Amino acid sequence: MSIKPATATAGAPSAADPSGFAAVHGEADRQLADVPPDPVMEAYKLNVYYGDFHAVHDVNLTFGKNEITALIGPSGCGKSTVLRCLNRMNDLVTGARVEGEVNYHGQNIYAKNVDPIAVRTHIGMVFQKPNPFPKSIYDNIAYGPRVTGMKVDDMDELVEQALRGAALWDEVKDKLKQSAYGLSGGQQQRLCIARTIATRPDVILMDEPCSALDPIATSRVEDLMLELRSDYTIIIVTHNMQQAARVSDRTAFFTARPDETTGNRTGLLVEFDQTRNIFSNPHDKRTEDYISGRFG
Amino acid sequence: MSVAATTAREVTTSSVATGKSRDRSVGSLAFLGALWFSLFFGVMVLVVLILDTAITGAPRFDGALITDYSSRVRPESTGFRAGILGSLWLMLFTALFAVPLGIAAALYLEEFSDGNRWWNRFIELNLQNLAAVPAIVYGLLAVAVMAFMGFQRTGIVLGGAIALALLILPVIIITTREAVRAVPQEIRQGSLALGATVWQTTWRQTLPSAVPGIATGTILGLSRAIGEAAPLIIVGLATGVRFDPEGLLSEITALPMQIFSLTSQSQEDFQTAASAAIVVLLVMILGLNALAIFIRNKFQRSW
Repeated sequence: MSIKPATATAGAPSAADPSGFAAVHGEADRQLADVPPDPVMEAYKLNVYYGDFHAVHDVNLTFGKNEITALIGPSGCGKSTVLRCLNRMNDLVTGARVEGEVNYHGQNIYAKNVDPIAVRTHIGMVFQKPNPFPKSIYDNIAYGPRVTGMKVDDMDELVEQALRGAALWDEVKDKLKQSAYGLSGGQQQRLCIARTIATRPDVILMDEPCSALDPIATSRVEDLMLELRSDYTIIIVTHNMQQAARVSDRTAFFTARPDETTGNRTGLLVEFDQTRNIFSNPHDKRTEDYISGRFG
Repeated sequence: MSVAATTAREVTTSSVATGKSRDRSVGSLAFLGALWFSLFFGVMVLVVLILDTAITGAPRFDGALITDYSSRVRPESTGFRAGILGSLWLMLFTALFAVPLGIAAALYLEEFSDGNRWWNRFIELNLQNLAAVPAIVYGLLAVAVMAFMGFQRTGIVLGGAIALALLILPVIIITTREAVRAVPQEIRQGSLALGATVWQTTWRQTLPSAVPGIATGTILGLSRAIGEAAPLIIVGLATGVRFDPEGLLSEITALPMQIFSLTSQSQEDFQTAASAAIVVLLVMILGLNALAIFIRNKFQRSW
């Protein structure tokens, strides 16, 4: 199956197709089953609280193998919170409490006998702001395998593989020993992706990975996501609807509902469907309003 | 051109081009003058003090000052060998005791403790208080610690180092916490998201990034400790020591102690020697501070 790489211009919205969805996906789009046939992860009745604050209400989602799932919605709708639940990064937030299940290949990662450290080696994460370590490019990649005690025969080879996998090798192969801080923002973000794939995860979570990048760097990261899809399951939070339309196979639309008494906004899942349906034929009025720019 | 535009321009011109600056009004200038005077006064007192000490001590800027032991019979050539060596030994062991403890305590408070628990908040509050406790109290504490460990004589390297280590421990903890806090949260999250443990993240990411800040704080703490006499007097360090320190249990004196004892002597030569020793002590302190500044500038990281 050939994947047409997304480019910066291809996603330009037209009058007939405000989201620019058809322009990218068109005929090259993959035929997907209505429900992910091979679910890798599953959130079931997921509720998240920060202290007394109910941040996310009853989210049910299924993430299919080798698919890109986008979580979109207005600010404060809980999409990043949901993402952080998927590899237990929310454990690190003081006062955060998770109810419900997150199943990874059928194992609830919130079960008592689950080690969150082990969860994170299988479910990697790329953050909003590129966050390379203050080390050399080589050591940034080698860090994950080293700390997790991964058996590595040839670290040099693994570093090269990871950098090639993140389409960064040609740009950095002559300066592996130099500080990662010398790279541009887009390169740093691809280094963070390379660092994540070096630990051979199964799922990669991306929390607005392009929001700090310029359009050219963004388009390169998007191309990379489409390439990585054949080996990994990718879940991405994005504020950019064109980005969701360009790269994702399925989209989950979240919104925030204010509590009647306290006014606290609780995030909830409105609609989860194939991206093409969300953008061309949404079932819910709120999704339609958001997609067409009437709110959010 | 409309009337409104013309009016607006006239108003703007006359209200901006006033030909004088309100920043140079009498009140502003008087305030500026007061600031200058305060600065001048503060610096001048210090300069006069240092110059006066240096001039008084000038006749004794010789080799014997640092190579000879103290002498009561020959005040004109009394030396501070024992004090200088004693102070250096004290600094070494003070750092050995205080630095690992201080860094460990700071790392616990910053990286591992739950700041919402009452006992952690209690510890934090008391750390701030400890930094303000008079130095003499740490001397008493050190005597108690020595007695608890079964030592009869407390005026030894171990006793002095314990007193000074206790004295600078709060300073080291506070500066280490600040240095650790300055490491961005993104670095920790990046490490944890790769499957590193909190311990690995602290040891391999946070701590190395915080080292320049920790080193600076530690050295500034030591430069405070090297000038302290009060806790060492309580611990019972001697002044008339005429041998080099040999180990943790050897009796010593320290430079500030020797200066303190000489200034109470009446002979002119002792006063001169004391002034010269003060200059030596100042050079040691300024050297430490210069080292701290060097480390800060050399290894400072901008995130």
